[in-house]
Amino acid sequence: MTTTDPDTGFRALDATPMGYGSMRRKEDARFVRGKGRYLDDIVLPGMLHAAILRSPHAHARIVSIDTSAAEAHPRVRAVITGETLAGLGLAWMPTLSHDVQSVLATDKVRFQGQEVAFVVAEDRYSARDALALVDVEYDPLPAVIDAQHALDADAPVIRDDQEGRTDNHIFDWEAGDAAATDDVFARADVVSSCDMLYPRSHPAPMETCGSIASMDPVSGKLTVYTTTQAPHAHRTVYALVAGLPEHKIQIISPDIGGGFGNKVGIYPGYVCAVVGSIVTGAPVKWTEDRSENLMSTSFARDYHMRGEIAATHDGKLLGVRVTVLADHGAFNGTAQPSKMPAGLFHVFSGSYDLAAAHCAVTGVYTNKAPGGVAYACSFRITEAVYLIERLVDVLAHDQGWDPAELRRTNLLRSEQFPYTTALGWEYDSGDYPRTLATALDMAGYDELRAEQKQVRSAYERGESPMLMGIGLSFFTEAVGAGPRRTMDILGLGMADGAELRIHPTGKAVLRLSCMTQGQGHQTTFAQIVAEELGISPDDIEVVQGDTDQTPFGLGTYGSRSTPVSGAATAMVARKVRDRARIVAAAMLEVSPDDLEWEKGAFRVAGDPAAAATMNEIAMAAHSDLELPDDVEGHLDATCVYNPPNLTYPCGAYVCVVDVDTATGQVKVRRFVAVDDCGVRINPMVVEGQVHGGLADGIGMALMEVMAFDTDGNHLGASFMDYLLPTAMECPSWELGETVTPSPHHPIGAKGVGESATVGSPPAVTNAVLDAIRVRHADMPLTPAAVWRAVRGTPLRTDLAIG
Amino acid sequence: MQVPAQFEYERATSVAHAVELLTRYGPDSRLVAGGHSLIPMMKLRIAEPETLIDINDVAELTGIRLDGTELVLGAMARHADLLASPLAVEHFPILVDAERVIADPVVRNRGTVGGSLCQADPSEDLSAAFAAVHAVAVIEGADGRRQVPVREFHVGPYQTVVGDAEILVEIRVPVRPGGGSAYEKVERRVGDWSVAAAGAALWLDPTGVVTDAGIGLTAVGAAQFAAARAEEFLRGVPGSDDAFTEAGRIAAEDCRPVADQRGPVDYKRHLAGELTTRALRRAAARARGQEA
Ligand SMILES: Cc1cc2nc3c(=O)[nH]c(=O)nc-3n(C[C@H](O)[C@H](O)[C@H](O)COP(=O)(O)OP(=O)(O)OC[C@H]3O[C@@H](n4cnc5c(N)ncnc54)[C@H](O)[C@@H]3O)c2cc1C
Repeated sequence: MTTTDPDTGFRALDATPMGYGSMRRKEDARFVRGKGRYLDDIVLPGMLHAAILRSPHAHARIVSIDTSAAEAHPRVRAVITGETLAGLGLAWMPTLSHDVQSVLATDKVRFQGQEVAFVVAEDRYSARDALALVDVEYDPLPAVIDAQHALDADAPVIRDDQEGRTDNHIFDWEAGDAAATDDVFARADVVSSCDMLYPRSHPAPMETCGSIASMDPVSGKLTVYTTTQAPHAHRTVYALVAGLPEHKIQIISPDIGGGFGNKVGIYPGYVCAVVGSIVTGAPVKWTEDRSENLMSTSFARDYHMRGEIAATHDGKLLGVRVTVLADHGAFNGTAQPSKMPAGLFHVFSGSYDLAAAHCAVTGVYTNKAPGGVAYACSFRITEAVYLIERLVDVLAHDQGWDPAELRRTNLLRSEQFPYTTALGWEYDSGDYPRTLATALDMAGYDELRAEQKQVRSAYERGESPMLMGIGLSFFTEAVGAGPRRTMDILGLGMADGAELRIHPTGKAVLRLSCMTQGQGHQTTFAQIVAEELGISPDDIEVVQGDTDQTPFGLGTYGSRSTPVSGAATAMVARKVRDRARIVAAAMLEVSPDDLEWEKGAFRVAGDPAAAATMNEIAMAAHSDLELPDDVEGHLDATCVYNPPNLTYPCGAYVCVVDVDTATGQVKVRRFVAVDDCGVRINPMVVEGQVHGGLADGIGMALMEVMAFDTDGNHLGASFMDYLLPTAMECPSWELGETVTPSPHHPIGAKGVGESATVGSPPAVTNAVLDAIRVRHADMPLTPAAVWRAVRGTPLRTDLAIG
Repeated sequence: MQVPAQFEYERATSVAHAVELLTRYGPDSRLVAGGHSLIPMMKLRIAEPETLIDINDVAELTGIRLDGTELVLGAMARHADLLASPLAVEHFPILVDAERVIADPVVRNRGTVGGSLCQADPSEDLSAAFAAVHAVAVIEGADGRRQVPVREFHVGPYQTVVGDAEILVEIRVPVRPGGGSAYEKVERRVGDWSVAAAGAALWLDPTGVVTDAGIGLTAVGAAQFAAARAEEFLRGVPGSDDAFTEAGRIAAEDCRPVADQRGPVDYKRHLAGELTTRALRRAAARARGQEA
């Protein structure tokens, strides 16, 4: 039950619902007391500490590495270099995108911060001290920093480790019907085009990445405690790389302090920790510091896009055409379904009924860190939504149309679902016009426009430097990767397992392949079981993160936990319920067909007094009760869920900003977010996810960027330089909802983890540009960028400001 | 992994003791006050002092008081102390304005006024604020105390006149009637260092003519964190909006910002002018008693 405290406005959550509904997160009791157990809290007996020596250059040939002084340090136990690893065949490792990545550099360094040597010592101070004793001689090379020049004929070749390579080109990929799209454009009355950058950003979780590797020399079993969103995928990769069988590898992911995609990949430090443990015979811990995290372990975005949108005179959208230059850094290591080098970018036709659409994406190498898809982006839907939602505003700007009206008249209508887009996606459900109308109503759109007019006339009279902007975005997300026939990672189909066991006393344990990083899985998944079986969430333990304790599956990212593991949970609970029906029938001596399910009990039809509760059934299932011959007894089940399709949440966002044109400062005054993620299991948890994503959007739009100077120096390597938003930049969010269940998901739920991250950056950007009446300027719209945009000399935000 | 190199640690109990320790351990020793500048530098190994001399126990360095016609701030007064000081609110709202936008509560609870000045980062807000109000630094060494105007205190980025075996003891600000002051800062995000900032202190006669003006500038390469020519221009003219705009223009002309990720040169120069004008306007309103 949910009530609101009249004094504070906070909701008091005083009871645990038997199923869906807001309830306090079970995990928070330990988190708010500081009793979470994170990687760096773990200390194993005899554990050693490691530190990584990193390249100061973006591109340089390694002439020599002298480790003798470091090895002579009295507390140093091992110094590992690329040469050491080469001897073991581990100097390079496969990436998730058909490429290889250097573990420790052998021939060259290819980005600033690249791993060069790994020092293992008895304490972390000595490990760090010894880094200064490793003597590396570099021969610096010119660096490729500006992606727009990566394919120039005279550009230095970064990946000369690949035989015969003469350029920095990685791939060309396209989606949609080029000819049909060209045709639509040729017949269109109006076309608007725009170059836009989705800048390189970083997931920047509060907890950085790390791992403790412990190779037991007796049993030959490798235990790796590590910050991973995908424990089973990690185990498979270790098995493939190290040649160990899976049963000799145990991956344990303890509490994770935020992932956002940063904790999907396997980083060189993890591999080195394993080698370090083998070499020293002791457990080895390696944890990143903040700068290492920002410089080396994964980045996100970095899409240079040119978009065009075609429409009729009276505002009917017809088609979209896009070319993208994708900066993948020095190694192609993006984490996404492996048949899709641009991830799910080709949902960029968005929420509109378009006749045709086409994109062509070219990936290039640059002297920057690898990574690429991470960061709460639903496999590049962030870029796609930004593209289409900016383009719609650019078109409205060019034609003098109202951006809300343009969206309203072009949104897909509910009767068009299931709807197949020009790019081949089958959207499952939605009521887009109602979602948009709800948001515009909550915002008071017409009143806001009237106020904006007044503010502008005071500005034009020279009375005030202030302007007001209203920005919209309407997004369609595509989450829950994915059908295994179309989506895999490293050849592993994207299906996930669930195992549910009801104990004799009616308490339950649910084992899952996904891994919470703060999303509240221990609560939400217990609630799904509760809804299906009528067992209180308080009595259901959710186990995740330990590969010896959980079924196989691909993990948590891309908002896939509820769509995939959530579905697996509902299905496995239904299997248990089917078994419970048979047990109940034996208990009540009736045919299973005569029983009716009422949450928590089976009742005999027509004789409501004759019933068996789940508790009674659980005990009976483990007792001497005679069961039919083909029924095994006990009460458990397993399930692997292969999603038939993605789920397609949507949302309508309205952002209101005040801009001081004389200083360029932007204040986000209001933010209205109406999300439709289908059925909400725990509405409070959903709101928490939305809050975080909205803050992310303010960060992306107004402050976050990883820029580089021409030498390849990373200009965002600390939280003084890479700015994250705080509560002070966030207004009190105004949230709303519409609910259109997913027709193919067992409980009608859709993912929501990344909805707000995907939907909010264009709303904020559109609001700022609406205020200053500038057609386009790239994110982040820092005060300097806004001031320059007002003056018609916008900044190039991905390079050093000159 | 960010951990500092090895160092020795001493805890001073008095100013004289601190000076004695500085003398004993020599130039490779450093005082640690709030530690919010020094310790991050040590973790990044940009600074590797051999000895840290902790002055957090030195009671005589704390406190904010009025001494005759001077506001006296102990070097160990925390940012949070200054922010909450009724004396500062009454006499120099510029200091409170500045403190409100320095870092965040966590940093302000430990970071000190003296540490801020001695760190001598070109973006340090208090350097400009103290330059605007013509503050004087009091420095003590083995030979006793000496006074140095804040405008002569900094000898370059991260460099001050404080000697190896000296310690900044307090900052004294002369209180004169008829004044008003204010500080204006543009930051990319709360808690960030200034893109640019300006502080102004104005004294008006009863007819509204400027009798004296102090202008401090942060993070824009102004000599001694001040805008001397703009101050000169204001002395003797009526404190009008036009005069403040012109003073802003002069201040912008005289500063020498460098481009970085906070902004390009033209923008920072523009801000120096715009913020100077805004700070002067607010300082004047306060001098006239029109604004708190
Ligand atoms: C996240 C963050 C954000 C910040 N943002 C801002 C900001 O927006 N604006 C701003 O102005 N500042 C900012 N600061 C700096 C903050 O104000 C620091 O606290 C201050 O610069 C130094 O004060 P401290 O007491 O911590 O000095 P410490 O770090 O202890 O010392 C700094 C230096 O001064 C020397 N020193 C200290 N006291 C004395 C003394 N009495 N005599 C002689 N030498 C001395 C030390 O030896 C050392 O070299 C920020 C700091 C952080 C960590």
